[in-house]
Amino acid sequence: MSDLTRLTLKAALDGLQSKTFSSVELTQAHIDAVAQARALNAFVLETPEKALSMAADADARRAKGEAGPLTGAPLGVKDLFCTKGVRTTASSNILGNFVPEYESTVTSNLWRDGAVMLGKLNLDEFAMGSSNETSAFGPVVNPWRRNGSDAKLTPGGSSGGSAASVAADLCLGATATDTGGSIRQPAAFTGTVGVKPTYGRCSRWGVVAFASSLDQAGPIAKTVEDAAILLTSMAGHDAKDATSLDVATPDFASFVGKSVKGLRIGIPKEYRVDGMPAEIDALWEQGIAWLKDAGCEIVEVSLPHTKYALPAYYIVAPAEASSNLARYDGMRFGLRVEGGNLMETYENTRAKGFGEEVKRRILIGTYVLSAGYYDAYYLKALKVRRRIADDFDQAFQKVDALLTPTAPSAAFGLGENANDPVAMYLNDIFTVTVNLAGLPGMSLPAGVDVNGLPLGLQLIGRTLDEGTLFSLGGALEKAADFRAKPAKWW
Amino acid sequence: MAIDAATVRKVARLARIAQPEERLEPLARELSGIMAWIEQLAEVNTEGVTPMTSAVSMPMPLRDDVVTDGGDASIILSNAPKSSGAFFVVPKVVE
Repeated sequence: MSDLTRLTLKAALDGLQSKTFSSVELTQAHIDAVAQARALNAFVLETPEKALSMAADADARRAKGEAGPLTGAPLGVKDLFCTKGVRTTASSNILGNFVPEYESTVTSNLWRDGAVMLGKLNLDEFAMGSSNETSAFGPVVNPWRRNGSDAKLTPGGSSGGSAASVAADLCLGATATDTGGSIRQPAAFTGTVGVKPTYGRCSRWGVVAFASSLDQAGPIAKTVEDAAILLTSMAGHDAKDATSLDVATPDFASFVGKSVKGLRIGIPKEYRVDGMPAEIDALWEQGIAWLKDAGCEIVEVSLPHTKYALPAYYIVAPAEASSNLARYDGMRFGLRVEGGNLMETYENTRAKGFGEEVKRRILIGTYVLSAGYYDAYYLKALKVRRRIADDFDQAFQKVDALLTPTAPSAAFGLGENANDPVAMYLNDIFTVTVNLAGLPGMSLPAGVDVNGLPLGLQLIGRTLDEGTLFSLGGALEKAADFRAKPAKWW
Repeated sequence: MAIDAATVRKVARLARIAQPEERLEPLARELSGIMAWIEQLAEVNTEGVTPMTSAVSMPMPLRDDVVTDGGDASIILSNAPKSSGAFFVVPKVVE
């Protein structure tokens, strides 16, 4: 039954509906795949018993005619989402044995709709990273390798476990989060589809906080349609998150396959950066050609403040993180390392519990918020953030969506960028603007590079206009006809 | 602006993260490198620009000021590193 793991989410749901196989069979196939793929280090916790029990429940409900939109579909959950009674770590030693007494709203929505949990997925510690190398559990290994090489590559980050497990057919889809590109960049590095919805579309309640004004949950999936099905379940207003938008959730899958004829697509000229591989530029041109063929009108637009997005982000995100992560003090939950007095206990706990990148970002955040620097750095960054958002507002007066590359390179080797924080930060150069402006973005696989590694294209839409992205994504997916899969070596 | 070891010591103290003396200089270099890269923000004219404090403009939602949950100390304490009865146990705060 191992071929059940090759199915898309949509095909699996159809197979469950037609009784071709049961959820227990489908789930067992995925449990076996997960157990065989430990070399990828994608899961930090496998929950096979829980999965089989949820699958049996799903089969019973379907037999009674009570199936929901996801009933019986086995999924992976990024270990940033709190899951009741199931250890949740954010891949940090400071939360090493934290077992939540509550369930995040996004995962609650998935279980409400019948999904089955296979386990918790690895990530960069507190979602801070672009290569999964900051995880306390060690990095996830990308299932993709360069042609003729067995060098270990990064799956990207921070949602590296989510992206790798979907690419390796360990789950039918996965939850992920995106603060600066953490859904879209790993999706691009693994040949999967990742969607960061509009800020406020998915509730942040029960998601371990990194930078609250930027964090947003979304799916990583095998196809555009699968991502639409997952997002429809994950999204929705939640009174427990004050920034949750009180708007109806459309059936996003209904947008996939719609004609995109007549849509105006903006090509931001500032996204042509120095040193970008020619293949990525060529893929971008190819994407433009595909959308032209589909009847779109291509318009060059300007987003003049693009180059300032990353430096602004590296003030705003660490500032918010230094505040959010103040809660890890060793008193109420998580790790405690005793000292001679209260202050020493705080300092020892946080020194031992946090990894180097998390400490670095807390220190930057504390520095830019400290007396004398607040106006020069933090307030300045918030003003630049406004100018970046204004750039998009002006562009969206002329166009319906934007098309860009997702990342400036294909997946790189583990360890390659580890000693240069700024080089690592540049991975998010095309994705971070979208978080600052709160807009929806999608990455989908569109081709492979000279080494056979997947490359992604990014679509950016207006606030709450994910529907147009799903239509455009569907059109690009059809044109690209990306069928490459990583050769199984694990 | 370059960050020196004394500044790192002060910021680490504010952030409640113990840093051994030998880490202060390397950290000062790393953070200075990052802050030097961030300095390019000074090029942007932000005269008269309102700071963007929220990703999506919406009024703050209000709810009735009523108790909606609570009353179960054992749940609150279930992940405590140290507890006694219905209380967290913390190091001595007042001498």
